[in-house]
Amino acid sequence: MSTAVLDNSPSVPEVIPTFTATLIIRRFDPEVDDEPRWQDFDVEMRGTDRILDALHKIKWEQDGSLTFRRSCAHGVCGSDAMRINGRNRLACKTLIKDLDISKPIYVEAIKGLPLEKDLIVNMDPFFESFKAVQPFLIASSKPDKERLQSPVERARFDDTTKCILCAACTSSCPVFWTDGQYFGPAAIVNAHRFIFDSRDEGSEVRLDILNDQEGVWRCRTTFNCTEACPRGIQVTQAIAEVKAAVLRGKP
Amino acid sequence: MSATIETPRAPQPVRRQRRFNFEKWGWIYMRASGVVLVVLIFGHLFVNLFAGEGVKAIDFAFVGGKLSQPFWQIWDTLLLWLALIHGANGMRTIVNDYASNRLLRVIFKGALIASAVVLLVLGTLVIYTFDPCPAGSPANLLPSFCPAG
Repeated sequence: MSTAVLDNSPSVPEVIPTFTATLIIRRFDPEVDDEPRWQDFDVEMRGTDRILDALHKIKWEQDGSLTFRRSCAHGVCGSDAMRINGRNRLACKTLIKDLDISKPIYVEAIKGLPLEKDLIVNMDPFFESFKAVQPFLIASSKPDKERLQSPVERARFDDTTKCILCAACTSSCPVFWTDGQYFGPAAIVNAHRFIFDSRDEGSEVRLDILNDQEGVWRCRTTFNCTEACPRGIQVTQAIAEVKAAVLRGKP
Repeated sequence: MSATIETPRAPQPVRRQRRFNFEKWGWIYMRASGVVLVVLIFGHLFVNLFAGEGVKAIDFAFVGGKLSQPFWQIWDTLLLWLALIHGANGMRTIVNDYASNRLLRVIFKGALIASAVVLLVLGTLVIYTFDPCPAGSPANLLPSFCPAG
């Protein structure tokens, strides 16, 4: 379809300008390397391309051994969180034109979780603390048709329903980097999603779990998590709301 | 050959439930004392450095005069206790965050609490046993209310 349009146009076909971007990627192959190393790649990119496109180009055209996770490639599945120029971002949502291409772009795996290969980390500790806050609806009654909820009640926890569990927030948290016991922002966000849900009856249990030495009180309000969230969730605010709920003893 | 990178975070121990939650009360203390300290510190700075003759007024007589009034005694005691515990608790959280070695953590926290207690006792002692008119001092260095010695 697009070719037909181009054929019909009498003027010079529009050329999207390309440029060479340099990516410096932190590589680690556990079977070869003793420790991670940085490797340069030059790729021909357009401003509208994303970091994920650059990684694809490298993997498909230059070095097939480059390893990274991605599934939907459109900012929904949360597979490709990585550290781009020192900030946790989704590779599929970061446009090249938003970065300074006069300098190399640094790409590395997210921090605080065990590195497995190149840009892949072991997500088990992340999902362990997610599981620990019981992220599911706890209700004793069984409704005939559906559990009713007013728009206002739904809006109360709307922000934290957006989480895609990409771990960008948790792996940007300096407390999480060093403390193996802290739940991390993502787990608290998902606890918030149920604590403030009017249909849920388990908020007391969750508040009790988070009212721990390693629970919400470990948060130092550095706002790294809010800055990192690709869904724009106000993570630090959600944590503060959970702190206030713990003090009140109820949501 | 296969290299494994160590797990960057400390292992996760079994969670225990305690009735008294030190972290929660520590967090509340930091907020509450922080608010009070803003008033106390800026009041202290204003009176010492700004009001009247300003910073030039500070000498032995100035301090002696202040510490002989119950109002400033209570003000300074509050300032001492709230600020010192606030600071020590802040240091404790930093130790908790960054000292992964168990023995080191015990040593750091022990040193913290020891120094905090010593400073609190010493400071409180000075505030309430301070003699603004030590015998045999030249009168021009003493507060005006001292009997001429």
